[in-house]
Amino acid sequence: MSIAIHDPTLRDGNHAVSHTLSLEDIAAYCRAVDGCGLSVVEVGHGNGLGASSLQLGLARYKDSEMLETARANLTHSRLGIHMIPGFARLSDIDTALQIGVDVLRIASHCTEASLTESYIEHARSKGAYVQGVLMMTHMASPETLLEEALKQQGYGANALVLMDSAGHFDPDSTREKIGLLVRELAIPVGFHGHNNLGLAVANSLAAAQAGATIIDGCMRGFGAGAGNTQLEVLCAVLDRYKFETGVKVFDLCRAVESLEDFVPVRTPTVVKTANLISGLYGVCSGFEKHVARAAAEFRVEPRKIYEELARCNAVAGQEDLIISVASRLSQPVVA
Amino acid sequence: MTLKTAIIGSGNIGCDILCKVLAHPNLDCTLVAGRSLHSSGLAFARDRGVATTADGIDGLFARINEFDLVFDATSAADHEAHAPRLIESGKAIINLTPASLGALCVPSLNGVELTEASNINMITCGGQASIPLAAAIARANPGVRYIEVVSSISAESAGPATRRNLSNYITTTENALSHFTGCKDVKAILNINPAKPNVFMQTAVSALIETVDLAATRREVERAVTQVQSAVPGYQVIVDLHYTEGRLFTMVRVEGAGDFLDPSAGNLDIITATATHMAALMARGRVTERAA
Repeated sequence: MSIAIHDPTLRDGNHAVSHTLSLEDIAAYCRAVDGCGLSVVEVGHGNGLGASSLQLGLARYKDSEMLETARANLTHSRLGIHMIPGFARLSDIDTALQIGVDVLRIASHCTEASLTESYIEHARSKGAYVQGVLMMTHMASPETLLEEALKQQGYGANALVLMDSAGHFDPDSTREKIGLLVRELAIPVGFHGHNNLGLAVANSLAAAQAGATIIDGCMRGFGAGAGNTQLEVLCAVLDRYKFETGVKVFDLCRAVESLEDFVPVRTPTVVKTANLISGLYGVCSGFEKHVARAAAEFRVEPRKIYEELARCNAVAGQEDLIISVASRLSQPVVA
Repeated sequence: MTLKTAIIGSGNIGCDILCKVLAHPNLDCTLVAGRSLHSSGLAFARDRGVATTADGIDGLFARINEFDLVFDATSAADHEAHAPRLIESGKAIINLTPASLGALCVPSLNGVELTEASNINMITCGGQASIPLAAAIARANPGVRYIEVVSSISAESAGPATRRNLSNYITTTENALSHFTGCKDVKAILNINPAKPNVFMQTAVSALIETVDLAATRREVERAVTQVQSAVPGYQVIVDLHYTEGRLFTMVRVEGAGDFLDPSAGNLDIITATATHMAALMARGRVTERAA
């Protein structure tokens, strides 16, 4: 079975450094991995196109600067972006396509696929290759995910990716959800893991065994919260299980070693207790730094903020809710 | 004397504004136009004794002599398509879609100036909730260099047109934010939250300012909140104004009257109640005109 490896190191990894990856980092990374057989290298603000904001974190560079830099340094791998309608506008799609982006991921919360309709249609009408993405997919049943995935397929998506944005999945739930989509959809299915419970590689393997043909991995696990599925480990494990990824694992290892100044190579990504707690509660990985800041500002235990965010079913992108939750928890309880 | 109005669009916004218009002493609704005979919105209007048509804009024009003002509660694309005909008809238009047509209107800021206007744009729900606060912040602080507004609404309250119009929502809200604050660098974000029970509409306003006059800002914000409350009583501050590391932040929650959807859908009220308020201001002018 052949698997396309999708590498969002330069997008999801941007969460880990508050969206400050430099253009030099982007250029060096793209050059280092370009010949390694990765299908797609994804670049941008952690929340994708148009997401640079106080709400989600201001990016150091404009989307166009990051994409142009990556474009100039990629020949073999395709260039990808992530976008969430509500942050991004239709005109952001046009800008990305003008720069030469090859793969557009258009994402919504897992029960809100209709928000992607006008964006997927717009991108497809320009001839773009589009992957529909459902985020925070631990929050919906396999049947609901299928309904939503069918909507994105109907809008014209060329593939469908389930994201375990909170790192809450285990191999059983991965197999169940991915398996149903693979059986029922007419388009390829992908999986994007997070490592809050240390299961990202195991979940990705389960996804591949259930028929997913697009798997995400980030170099050294660089990504939001506990980080993503570790790219080089993922490729090696898929090799062992006889999946054909087209990735040359030892070349990829050399690429990692060559990037000694790159943040995740210098500082390993580990599962911190905050990430473990967040994964157990099923809170979006991208919230980590915002929760830490609000906890310090309002003097509230981070665990309590995570617990409350889970109780309110906070979805990705609702960083404003963190401040209101922390503010509320910091008020003395009046009997 | 009452001003006769018609509503085109029988979704969440159309039904909610119908309730507001019917409850207003100086406004009446003579027709609700939708596009499907089986629309639950048209049934909702008929249950309230209001005439309906399922022939959309053509159905509206068939009875064009029965009203003086049209509320457009369709979608951005539909409004753009039928706005020329509406303008030509000479009827006053209050546009509740995020199409960028008509005079940008936030009643508490420029409602009085627009009572004679023939084509009014109510911007977006997030615009009506945030712009009074953003403008108050900009009035108190000349050095605002960036303003960002983030609204969250419940998934249930976001109908099909709202969902298709996300990009228009952002563009129109940002244009209006710049227009009313004078700040060129602005950003608008909309989150649609599926959590159950439904989340109440919340709007966060942030501004980047080097030095802030907190006392003056508080006064302006309090005044702005009181003004909005006169049309939308459930508009309330839930995170008090605070300033850290150059960022001024405040947050409001909008509780609706619960007319069409439950009170969590304050995003309906913030635009339908302000639009009704505008129609009433316009009615006053037009009715006096006739009497004279």
